[in-house]
Amino acid sequence: MEISEKEFLAPGHRACAGCGATIGVRLALKALGKNTVAVSATGCLEVITTPYPETAWDIPWIHVAFENAAAVASGVERALKSQGKDAQVVAFAGDGGTADIGLQALSGAMERGHNLIYICYDNEAYMNTGVQRSGATPYGASTTTSPHGKESFGEDKPKKNIPMIMAAHGVPYVATASISYPEDFIKKVQKAKDIDGPAYIHLHQPCTTGWGYDPSKTIELGRLAVETGSWILYEIEDGDFHVTYRPAERKVVDEYLLAQKRFKHLNEEERNRIQKNVDAICTEFKI
Amino acid sequence: MVKKVFTSNRAVAEAVKLAKPQVVPVYPITPQTTISEYLAQFVADGDLKAEYIRVESEHSAISAALGASGAGVRVFSATSSQGLALMHEILFAAAGMRSPIVLVDANRALSAPLSIWNDQQDTISERDSGWLQIYAENAQEALDAVLIAYRVAEDRDVLLPCMVCIDGYFLTHTVEPLEVPTQEEVDRFLPSYNPYAFLDTENPMSIGTFTDPNYYMEARYAIEVAMEKSKEVLAKANKEFAEIFGREYDLVEKYRCDDAEIIIVAMGSVCGTIKDVIDSLREEGEKVGLLKIRVFRPFPREQIKEVLENGSKVAVIDKNISFGMGGVLYSNIKAKTNADVYGFIAGLGGRDITTEYVREIVEKTKNPSREIEWIGLKKEEV
Repeated sequence: MEISEKEFLAPGHRACAGCGATIGVRLALKALGKNTVAVSATGCLEVITTPYPETAWDIPWIHVAFENAAAVASGVERALKSQGKDAQVVAFAGDGGTADIGLQALSGAMERGHNLIYICYDNEAYMNTGVQRSGATPYGASTTTSPHGKESFGEDKPKKNIPMIMAAHGVPYVATASISYPEDFIKKVQKAKDIDGPAYIHLHQPCTTGWGYDPSKTIELGRLAVETGSWILYEIEDGDFHVTYRPAERKVVDEYLLAQKRFKHLNEEERNRIQKNVDAICTEFKI
Repeated sequence: MVKKVFTSNRAVAEAVKLAKPQVVPVYPITPQTTISEYLAQFVADGDLKAEYIRVESEHSAISAALGASGAGVRVFSATSSQGLALMHEILFAAAGMRSPIVLVDANRALSAPLSIWNDQQDTISERDSGWLQIYAENAQEALDAVLIAYRVAEDRDVLLPCMVCIDGYFLTHTVEPLEVPTQEEVDRFLPSYNPYAFLDTENPMSIGTFTDPNYYMEARYAIEVAMEKSKEVLAKANKEFAEIFGREYDLVEKYRCDDAEIIIVAMGSVCGTIKDVIDSLREEGEKVGLLKIRVFRPFPREQIKEVLENGSKVAVIDKNISFGMGGVLYSNIKAKTNADVYGFIAGLGGRDITTEYVREIVEKTKNPSREIEWIGLKKEEV
């Protein structure tokens, strides 16, 4: 696959070294091109890319608040439509802005059928405020609000399944993706663009600061998530489900867990429990 | 111009149709709902060429309005009470992003206890959001205010959102005769929308950015400058409005104030009742007048000072309460005049402000015992 060399997110922004979110946005914008209008929820991405009077965005971009990216995007989409403009609207929101505080606005926008792409960049906690637990935080992860301790092994609830909640809305195109599989992700963004109606892409992206690993390992961590079956790449086109990538041989979850500080506290029994959960899901998806 | 008999909600919907917004995100709430319904029907019948977005909350209504405004079109929304409170966060963002949204609020009490009836606590509580606020006395004023609101909000010297406040039920559900202007007249007054800064793929711009302490105060100061400037812009718009439509408006309305010994200050539909009482009192030889505050933000402090500082006693009627302080209009008036000012909390949660109550307010202002009085309170129920 040929990936465009044209960048629409300029360097020089304020992201941490090894930031997975900005890799995701760069790839998405390569797939979408110049004729795109972006909407951001409040969060890391918004803060690091638009420190007034600078901006990293080389396409029109708007931010209003944390929980309303989907609603703002709805308004942008209808305003462009009313002017006969055919620019693609894309919303970027983190997992907190999607799975938690923004879920109502997202549900409304998806159900109304706006022609927009919503990309959740999922780093599995509130990273902008300093690694607090979100609905997308996985089982066992230690965050600043679900810390491990004498009486806690960290987050005690499984990750909220937002892509399936979106699929239940009857959204014509729903996909999961990872920044570590750029071709798979770009293909999905292109499909989302081609669809007339809403599309939802849930993009898994490691976060060096929140997960606790060396910034040079971001892509590697994203791969480990997929290769261990901890994150599954699939798409649902008009209700038709396909896994888009199957690891040749699934690695053990420990390889992924032990590479990150957020899981380091887990004992063998707890890690085995996670392995069992992953096995059950992967069996269901024939991975 | 056509003579009609409409509720204020219908009058507002007619004004919106004439103003031709391109995106209308709305969410139903009593007593605003019929505005959304009329607009839905206008769109369904092809009489209003707008994208009507059936959002899932008021928070999303104002968010979608702000997004659409950012994308360069004229927008409209309407709400009431709890809905306006839910919009609170985004109201500030709309002003900060200098988005000339026009929103009509059907004034209704805020919970708790839950009440669907009228007072002005909802809009008064948003007074610091950076929105202009116009309060209508009747259906004609409601219709006219919507047109003036667009004209002023979109002025390059203002670029601030504007809220038109109409009393729930007293206006929203009461039919009155009014004049509905023609499209040709409205087009002369309100030119088609020409956005200042918007999302344009040919000229990419970032809107709603993150700002550190080096720039935030300047952005807020610019809003204050625009708010002050809007007084001149309102005056000019009112003048042109009078030339085209024959109805004259100012930021305030003086009713029999010239030789008045007591001046009542109030906003909204109650002013009609007050004028009737003043006419009766004048016949009885009492020198009472009314200063109606039509525009609450920007606060017309120069006109207020000029009218009130003739040695007169002032009675301010508030359909709101800032607990521990008294009515907000009262505090604002008191801050801007040296006159002898008394505050009266009345009409909360739909309690009628009757002619008897207005007379009681006049009496209590003549012989004051307290700075702030609650009128029509059932003391046995407290």
